[in-house]
Amino acid sequence: MKDLREKLKGKIIDIVQPREKRIYIRVEPKKAPEVIEYLFFKYKCKFCTATGMDIREGIEIIYHLAREDKNMVINVKTLVPYPNLEIKSIGKKIPAFRWVEREINEMLGVTFIGHPDMRRLLLADSFPKGKYPLRKDFKHSDVNDEDYDYERSGI
Amino acid sequence: MKRTIIPLGPYHPLLEEPEHFKLYVEGERVVDLDVEIGYNHRGIEKLSEGKTWDQVPYLVERICGICSTSHPMAYCLAVEDLVGCDIPKRAQLIRVVVCELERLHSHLLWVGLAGHFIGYNTVWMWAWKYRETILEICEKLTGNRNHYAMFKTGGVRRDFNKEQIEYALERIVEVEKPIRMLTDAILDDPVIHKRLKGIGVLKKKDAILYSALGPTARGSGVPWDARNDEPLDGFKDLKWKVIVQKDGDVFSKGVVRLLECFESVSLIKQALLNLPEGGAIDADIREVPPGEGCGRYEAPRGEVFHYVRSDGSNMPYRHKVRAPTFNNLPTFKASCKGETIADVALIMASIDPCYCCTERVAVVDKNNNEKILREKDLLKLSVEKTRNIMKKLGKAPPLYNMEI
Amino acid sequence: MGVLKKAFKKSIWVFHLSTAACNNCDIEVLELLTPRYDVERFGIKLVGSPRHADALLVCGSVNAHAKPRLLEVYRQTPKPCLVVAFGSCGCSSGIFRDSYSIVGPVDKVLREEDPDVKIVYIPGCPPKPEAMIEGIIMGLGAI
Repeated sequence: MKDLREKLKGKIIDIVQPREKRIYIRVEPKKAPEVIEYLFFKYKCKFCTATGMDIREGIEIIYHLAREDKNMVINVKTLVPYPNLEIKSIGKKIPAFRWVEREINEMLGVTFIGHPDMRRLLLADSFPKGKYPLRKDFKHSDVNDEDYDYERSGI
Repeated sequence: MKRTIIPLGPYHPLLEEPEHFKLYVEGERVVDLDVEIGYNHRGIEKLSEGKTWDQVPYLVERICGICSTSHPMAYCLAVEDLVGCDIPKRAQLIRVVVCELERLHSHLLWVGLAGHFIGYNTVWMWAWKYRETILEICEKLTGNRNHYAMFKTGGVRRDFNKEQIEYALERIVEVEKPIRMLTDAILDDPVIHKRLKGIGVLKKKDAILYSALGPTARGSGVPWDARNDEPLDGFKDLKWKVIVQKDGDVFSKGVVRLLECFESVSLIKQALLNLPEGGAIDADIREVPPGEGCGRYEAPRGEVFHYVRSDGSNMPYRHKVRAPTFNNLPTFKASCKGETIADVALIMASIDPCYCCTERVAVVDKNNNEKILREKDLLKLSVEKTRNIMKKLGKAPPLYNMEI
Repeated sequence: MGVLKKAFKKSIWVFHLSTAACNNCDIEVLELLTPRYDVERFGIKLVGSPRHADALLVCGSVNAHAKPRLLEVYRQTPKPCLVVAFGSCGCSSGIFRDSYSIVGPVDKVLREEDPDVKIVYIPGCPPKPEAMIEGIIMGLGAI
C-alpha cells in the first residue's frame, strides 16, 4: 500500500487498508479516470466491476479492481453529488467498463460524459423513463404492469 | 421497423440472461456484432435490500441454475470479509466438495452441448449420462440435484455423515474413467481439430482489455483464477493447479474445461479424505457491524464478484452482484470479427453462455438487408461445415452421429 | 371434449418457452431427453415452433421483456392446447414475486388473453423430471 500512496500522491483524498487483501482509495470525481487508468495500465490491475450506491449526499460509485499476483482487491470510491450527476466515462478508453457504466446509468441516473454507446442494458425498453430502480426512494410497487409501454418494445 | 425476436427455449443456461445478437456482415464474414441482454432481469439487487442477511443466500442461489453454489459462496465470503471472521476447517472442506461437484456437472453440460452443436450427438448423450451420476452424488450429499441450500454466512448448514462420504467416494471414482475416455476421444479426433482450431481467437491483450474471466481468459494464456488469486481457504492446503492454454481459440477453451474436470475430481477426493473428525461447521455470526466487504469465487464460467455494504441493521444496505458472463460477452466484439456465420454460434458457445441467446440471430449485410436466422439454421450451418471437413479428411470418426 | 381426447391420443408435441428464469428448470426439461429418463419412448417430443405444438411448457417468472413474447407464442399455438406452468417461478413467480421487474406469474398473464386457458401447475425448484412426466400425463388425463 505504501508504494501506491507515494505514486498517487496529490490525486487522491485518502487510502486505507483495513484488512490484508483489501485497499480502499477515496478520490474526487474529476480525478477518478486518471487514477483508474493508472491502476489498470501501469499497476496491472484487472477490472472486476463497479458498484453504484444511493447515499444521502449523492451517488457513490466504487470501482473494484484486482491485482492478482499480489492477491489484492483495490476499491476506488468516488462521490458524485446531487443534483448534477455527471462523471467522465472511462469506457471511452477501456472497453471493459462500458457495460457497467450503462447499467449504473439506467439504474441510478448517473450520466457518463463521453460514453460511446449509452443505451439501456438490463431494463426493458418499455420500462417507464425517469424512474431509477436502485435509488432509495424507489419502491418495488412504484412500477406496475400498467406503467410499461409495450408499444415501445416493437411487438 | 423492429423485428419480432422471441428468446425461446433453452438449450443452455446463461449466468445472466438470454440475449439477442445482431451480426453485421459483408458476404459471409462478420464485420461487427451487437448484443442485447436483459431478458432475464428480475431485480435481484433490489430484492436483496429487503431480505435479512441469512435469507439472501436463498435468493442469490436462484440467479443461475447451473452455477447455483457460486453465488451464495461469493456472498458468504463477502459477508465474512465484512465481519472479519474465520471459517472452521470442516466447513471449508465441505464447501470445496460442493463447489467442485458443481464445476464438474457444469463442464460436462458444456461438453455435451458443444458436441451437439457440431453434430456429435453421441457426445451429447454420453456427457449428460455421466452428468446424472454427479447429480446423484449431489442429491445424496445435500438433498437436491441443484439449488443445494448448503451455504450460510459463517459456514455451512448441513454436515456430511460417514455413509454419505463413502457413497460419494465410490461414485466419483466411477465417473473418472468415462470422462477420461471422452476427453481422449475428443482430443485425438482430427475432424474436431480442424473444426475448432483457429476459430474465434481472442488474443491475450484483448482478453486483458475486456477483463475476460474463467476459461475464456485461461484459454488465451491469462492465468486468472479466483481460487488461486484470493486465495480461498480450503483450496490453499490442497494440491491442484490452474489450467492455462495459449492459443485463445475455441479448441483451447474446450481443452481448459476438460482438463479442469480432472482437477475437480482430484480436489473432491482430497477434500473428502481430509475432513477433520468432528468439529464445528459454523462460525456463528450473530451481528453484522457497519462496513463493507467483497467476496470473489471462481464459478465454472469465471469469477463471480459480490460486494455488500452494511449500515448496522439486519439487512444489506447495498448488495452488488456481478456474474462472469457480464465481462465475457463483450469479448465477442474482438473474437468474432472476420469469422463466418457458421462459426459465430460456436464461438458464442465457447464462452459458455446461454443458448437462448442464439435462438434468433439477426444478420445485417452491407446493403442493410436484415434477415433472421433461427437456431435450426445455425445448427444446420455448423453441422454442414463439420461434414465438409469430414469429406475432405475422408473419414467418419467413431463419435460422430449424423442425426439431429 | 371428444375431439380433444382424440387429438391427444397419440404422441404429444411440446414447445418449451423460457421467460425470465434461472434456467434450472430448462435444463431439467432437456434432461428428459437423455438416456436416463428418455421421454421420447412415450412419444413426447420437443418441437421447434409453437405452430406444431400440442402443449406449451412455460417456465420462469414473467418480466416485461417476456410478456409480449409469451402472449404472441400463445396466440400462435393451435388450440386446443395445454399450458404447463412448471417450477415455482412458473406457478407463482416464486421468490421474485415482489420485484419491480416481474409483471406476474404465467397464469395471470395468459388469463388476460384467454380466461379459459387450461393450465397444469408443477411446483418445485426445480421440479424433478419424474414430477414433470407425471404432471404432463395428469394434465392430459384431465382434458
